[in-house]
Amino acid sequence: MSEAANEKAPEATAEAPEAPQPVDVKKIQGILAANDGARMRTWLSICARCGLCADSCFFYLAKDKDPKLSPAYKAKISLGEMYKKKGKVSREFLDKTLDVVWGQCTACRRCSMYCPFGIDIATMIATARAVCSSQGVLPEGLARTTDNIRRTGNQMEVSTEDWVETCDWMAEEYGEEVGGLEIPVDKQDADYMYTVNPREPMYYPQDLGMAAEIFHVARLNWTVPSTGWDSTNLAMFAGNKVVAAIPVKNMYDKAIELGAKNILITECGHAFRSAKFEGPYWVGAPGGNPPVPVVHSVELFRDIMRDGKIKLKHKFKAPVTLQDPCNVSRNGGLWDVMRELVDLLCEDFRDMSPNREYNHCCGGGGGFIPMGAPFKRRRMESGKVKAEQIRATGATTIIVPCHNCFDQINDLNKEYDLGVKVVAFKEIITELMVIPDDMQPVEEEEEVEAAEVQAEAQEEAAEEAMKEAGEVQGS
Amino acid sequence: MDKLYEFLSGPGLWIAFIVFALGLIIRVVFLLGLSREKDKPFWDHTDSGWALKSIFHWLVPFASQSTRQQPIFAAVIFIFHVCWIGVPLFLQAHNMLFEEAFGWSLPSLPEGLADILTLVVIGCGVFFIVRRLVRAEVRILTGPWDWFLLLLALSPFVTGWLAYNQYGPYQLMLILHILLSEVLLIIIPFSKLAHVVLFFFSRTAIGFEFGARRGARVW
Repeated sequence: MSEAANEKAPEATAEAPEAPQPVDVKKIQGILAANDGARMRTWLSICARCGLCADSCFFYLAKDKDPKLSPAYKAKISLGEMYKKKGKVSREFLDKTLDVVWGQCTACRRCSMYCPFGIDIATMIATARAVCSSQGVLPEGLARTTDNIRRTGNQMEVSTEDWVETCDWMAEEYGEEVGGLEIPVDKQDADYMYTVNPREPMYYPQDLGMAAEIFHVARLNWTVPSTGWDSTNLAMFAGNKVVAAIPVKNMYDKAIELGAKNILITECGHAFRSAKFEGPYWVGAPGGNPPVPVVHSVELFRDIMRDGKIKLKHKFKAPVTLQDPCNVSRNGGLWDVMRELVDLLCEDFRDMSPNREYNHCCGGGGGFIPMGAPFKRRRMESGKVKAEQIRATGATTIIVPCHNCFDQINDLNKEYDLGVKVVAFKEIITELMVIPDDMQPVEEEEEVEAAEVQAEAQEEAAEEAMKEAGEVQGS
Repeated sequence: MDKLYEFLSGPGLWIAFIVFALGLIIRVVFLLGLSREKDKPFWDHTDSGWALKSIFHWLVPFASQSTRQQPIFAAVIFIFHVCWIGVPLFLQAHNMLFEEAFGWSLPSLPEGLADILTLVVIGCGVFFIVRRLVRAEVRILTGPWDWFLLLLALSPFVTGWLAYNQYGPYQLMLILHILLSEVLLIIIPFSKLAHVVLFFFSRTAIGFEFGARRGARVW
């Protein structure tokens, strides 16, 4: 074949109208077979069609109890059909299913909890996602982030240099408030290896700075890794286990390499789920447990506050409520830890109803936030349930220990005019904590003076060196 | 008619019992074997405490948030299941047959009470039928097979009650009663009615998944 023909080929494909790709039935059958274990078979066959799951779903509740939004129905028309047709499904079916499994479910798993048989409906939806994903049928936002992870190891393509620079920058910035503050990179044998959501270095570096303040004031032996610092995992929500394993493996490997005692997860829900519960299976860790213990920020913050490692000037006074991120509460078992922490920090706590493991998803989970504009309207509509919950508490501040919930509740705040301040635990702690005397920042004047003294000394040294050089030359 | 009765109450009954018992045993053994291969998370996080809690909170009415949200349905479900299992086992007429066949029997309910409890089962069944028709989220899930199974599960009680009270042609009712009961027993292991045993396995699985693996309650 001539070189010219070779060069032309990609152009031709680019120009051709997008022909629908054939469905790779073999691949679908492979995924269905891999998941066709005892649990899946039981779930698929014993659903009594009782309908109890419907009332558990916020999509169903937010849209006037539309029966088509009941979890059992969504599982039946997606994964149920796939098994029934033995994987022989059409592209139109997959396109339609995309709307169900991503557009009508956040994988919050509330229905799994409300089913009398304990049928894990959300896991069935996740399997349907994997099938769609395998055929390239998935929301564009998730396809993009999955691709980013595949290429760069993190979902927002942050380079190692940018990450480390951001850490240095924040250390400098926040060092002006807390003396001696640093963000140690790749420190060996730290108690905690802190991992974050890429949106922190990208858009909210102050999150990083605040975390550093807390860790420093609490005199923690901690570090950030230069690689494997992204604990989020949107490939998990995209239904792509192969790519989902990449950031998890990076993180585990780095923690082992650094001899870190714990992997600490930022205030993020799905990162915790990925790192602690799902990740071990993607990388084949023995026993289904992470090789290094995984700790969520709220657990560490609770310990720090309970043990008095950080003292507060006073407790937070305004009425506060708390969002239970699904992947921290229902799927993480930390609802009581969060409440202990709130009690240690705040005077006037007003819980939502329902709360704890019974919380409603905010509507931003399961990949909804990165799915972006095409799903925004729906996100706002389904978020009605959460908005009403928040309003009913009468709180003026809401603590949200999850990035996706944070974005969603910020949007709901505007959409439903809730008038609440949306904050992370970090913000409350750093706002109210006492900086110990030995960590009081060096005054600016002193700093200038010190700098001047240093400059003078340098000048003198230089002069002397010149003199010496001259003498040498002269001789 | 007599021959049919003889067959149904003799070999027919044996076939039904054997298919029922063996069917369930084979299904459970097969699923457990399969789980060794494909359900690693299940075996990685076994914990009898969480399994028992997961089962208990869904056996007892109102012990789960979900059933508390629909208290009437929860109560009817509970009463239905207790009577559906209890009445046939502790029915005097059945125990007389046990006595005859095996030389042993279970204690029997007073006849009048058993009669009332049979009506309770039928009443619960009517409730399920109405609920299935009236509630949109249940109707949308319901197919012909669900209707068939629901009616089949009720049919031995209806025919048994009619036969006992000698309403309609007694012998026909009795034969229908035995026949439908046997069909029901045979179908149980191969349908969603297998939840008579699989309930305990699926609840165990979700108890491990949420409780042992994540430290979270699931009721």
